[in-house]
Amino acid sequence: MPSEKNMERPLTKNIDPDRGPLDLKGYVAAGGYEGARKALTSHQPGDVTELVKNSGLKGRGGAGFSTGMKWSFVPMGEDAPHPKYLVCNADEMEPGTFKDRLLLEGDPHSLIEGMIVAAYAIQADVAYIFLRWGYTHAAGLLRRAISEAEEAGYLGKNIFSSGYNLEMYLHISAGRYICGEETALLSSLEGKRANPRAKPPFPQVSGLFGKPTIVQNVETLCNVHHILNHGVDWYKNLSLTEEGGTKLYGVSGKVKNPGCWELPMGTPVREILEGHAGGMRDGLQFRGLLPGGASTDFLVEEHLDLAMDYATIGKAGSRMGTGTMIVMDDQTCPVGMALNLQQFFAQESCGWCTPCRDGLPHVVKILSAIENGEGRMEDLDKLSAMCKYMGPGNTFCALAPGAAEPLQSALKYFREDFENHIQGKKCPWRN
Amino acid sequence: MLTSEERTEIEAEIAHYEQKQAACIEAMKIVQKHRGWLSDDGIRDVAEIMEMTPAELDSVATFYNLLFRQPVGRHVVMVCDSVSCWIMGYENIRQYLMDKLEIGMGETTQDGRFTLLPICCLGNCDRAPAMMVGEDLHQDLTPEKIDAILEKYA
Ligand SMILES: Cc1cc2nc3c(=O)[nH]c(=O)nc-3n(C[C@H](O)[C@H](O)[C@H](O)COP(=O)(O)O)c2cc1C
Ligand code: SF4
Ligand code: FES
Repeated sequence: MPSEKNMERPLTKNIDPDRGPLDLKGYVAAGGYEGARKALTSHQPGDVTELVKNSGLKGRGGAGFSTGMKWSFVPMGEDAPHPKYLVCNADEMEPGTFKDRLLLEGDPHSLIEGMIVAAYAIQADVAYIFLRWGYTHAAGLLRRAISEAEEAGYLGKNIFSSGYNLEMYLHISAGRYICGEETALLSSLEGKRANPRAKPPFPQVSGLFGKPTIVQNVETLCNVHHILNHGVDWYKNLSLTEEGGTKLYGVSGKVKNPGCWELPMGTPVREILEGHAGGMRDGLQFRGLLPGGASTDFLVEEHLDLAMDYATIGKAGSRMGTGTMIVMDDQTCPVGMALNLQQFFAQESCGWCTPCRDGLPHVVKILSAIENGEGRMEDLDKLSAMCKYMGPGNTFCALAPGAAEPLQSALKYFREDFENHIQGKKCPWRN
Repeated sequence: MLTSEERTEIEAEIAHYEQKQAACIEAMKIVQKHRGWLSDDGIRDVAEIMEMTPAELDSVATFYNLLFRQPVGRHVVMVCDSVSCWIMGYENIRQYLMDKLEIGMGETTQDGRFTLLPICCLGNCDRAPAMMVGEDLHQDLTPEKIDAILEKYA
C-alpha cells in the first residue's frame, strides 16, 4: 500500500482548506489545463474515449458504470446530430453525501478542465453544470472560474487552436432530489417538471432537447484530465484493486473525526472508518453503516475488512454508491433511522409510478407505528414485501429500489431491534 | 410587468439554451429573487416572456420546493432533516428554532422576518447538524450557536 506521504491525490492536490481555490493563474502554474491541451492537440476524440475506457474509470455518481463505455455510445462523425451536450451532474443531494462539494468549492478549474476533455471526446458543442441550489458558495466560484477560462481561451471558439469550440454554462436548480437522476435532470434542464424518462432511448443518443447527451458526476469528470496527462497505467496504479484511480471517501455520524478524504480506490472500510475518521466517539459502539449514501444497503462489523470498491461492496450485497458512509452507533435507533430515510424517499418521490408514490408512504406509516410502539409482528413481513414491490424492475427509475436497500438490510441485520419495539410497545432508545 | 432589470437577467438566461422554455425555472428564480416570492402576477409575467400559459408554468413551479408560491419571510431558515443530521440530533435544533421563533415548520414569524422550512441533506453531513439561512450555510449547530446566528439577520 502506498504510504500516506507519497500517495498521489490528483483530485485534491490543489485543495487547501486554509485558502480559497486556485484562480486560473495558480491552477495553470500547478500544471493545470495540460491534460485538456494534450487531449485537444494530440488526440482524436475517439482516442480520448478509448483511453478513458481503458483506465477503468467508473462513474462516481453512484451507479459505477464505465465512463469510457458510456461515451462510446454517442453518435460520432459528420452525420451525428448537433448540438451535442455534456452535462455535469452537480446536484449532490443523496443524504449523507458531501464529496462533490469538496471538489466544487476546492478546485473549480479542475472540473472545468475535466469537462473540456469529456466534451471534446464526444464532440459536444455545449456543456452545462447542473448545480443544486444550496451550493451557493460553489456557484460564485464556478461562475468566476468559467469566465476566467473563457478569457484565457480555454472555452469558446478554437480552443488551443484545435478548431474545437465549446460553450459552458452554469444552471442552478430549484430543489428536489429526483433532479439528480440523469433523465429527470434533463427534463429539469429543459424547464419541465423533473420526471424521469423511459430508457431507451438512452441520453447518449437522445438526451437534452432530443440530442446526444452525456451526464456525468462531478468527481468522475475531475478524473479525466489526469488520465490524459499521466496515462492509463499511472491511473490504474493509483488503486489498490482492479478498479482504477483514487476515490473520495467520506464518513458522517458519531465518529471522532468526520470528513472526506481522497484515498486509493479499494481502501478497506476499516481504514477509512478507524484510521481517517478516528473510530467511534468515546462511549459509543459501532453497529452498522450505509457505505455510499442513503440508498445503499447496510454493512455491519463482519464487512469492515472489505475493500471499498464497486465490485467488492457489490458482492457483499450492498453498493459503494457515492462512497460517503453514514455510520450508525449503538445509541441510534435503527428503526428511527430507517424511518428518517423512508420519510426522505417518500417526500422526494416524483409521483410517476405506483410502487414508489403509494408504496413509500405506506412504508412510512408502518415504520412510524413500529417506532411509536404500535407495530405488530406481521408488519415486518409487510415491510419485506414492500421492499420487493419497490425493487428493481417495478419502477421507472432507481429512486424506489434505492429506498428499499437500507430498509431490507435493516430488517436483516437489526431485526431484533424491530422486534423489541413491537414486543416492548415502545422505542427502547426514547424512553 | 417584468421590471427592465428582471427582463435583462431573464433574456441573458434564455440565450444559454436551444429552446426558450428551458430557461423558465431560472426566470422564476430571478423574479423570486427580486420580489421575494412568486405571486400569481409573478407567474403571469414570467409565462408571458417564456411564451407559456400561466397554468403550464405553474405546473412546473409547483414541482420545485425552492420556488415559493406563497409569501415567505425576509430570511428563509432551512433546517436539514436528512439522515446524518438526524443522527447528530437535528430534532433538538428544529425544536429550539420553533420555540425561539414561536412558529411551526412551514410558517413565518409575525414580523415577517423568518420563515422556517425543512430541507434535504445540504451536503454538509460531516459538520451536522446543518442549516441554511438565505444563501448562508451554518454548521455544527447547537442552541447557543443558533441565538448568535439569528441575530445576524435583521
Ligand atoms: C434518485 C436519484 C438521484 C441521483 N442523484 C445524483 C446526484 O445528485 N449526482 C450524481 O452525480 N448522480 C446522481 N444519480 C445518478 C445519476 O442518475 C447518473 O447515474 C449519474 O449522474 C451518472 O454519472 P456518473 O456515471 O459519472 O456517475 C442519481 C440517481 C437517482 C436514481
Ligand atoms: S421510482 Fe419514484 S421517483 Fe422514480 S419515476 Fe417512479 S415515482 Fe418517480
Ligand atoms: S444529512 Fe444534513 S447535511 Fe447531509
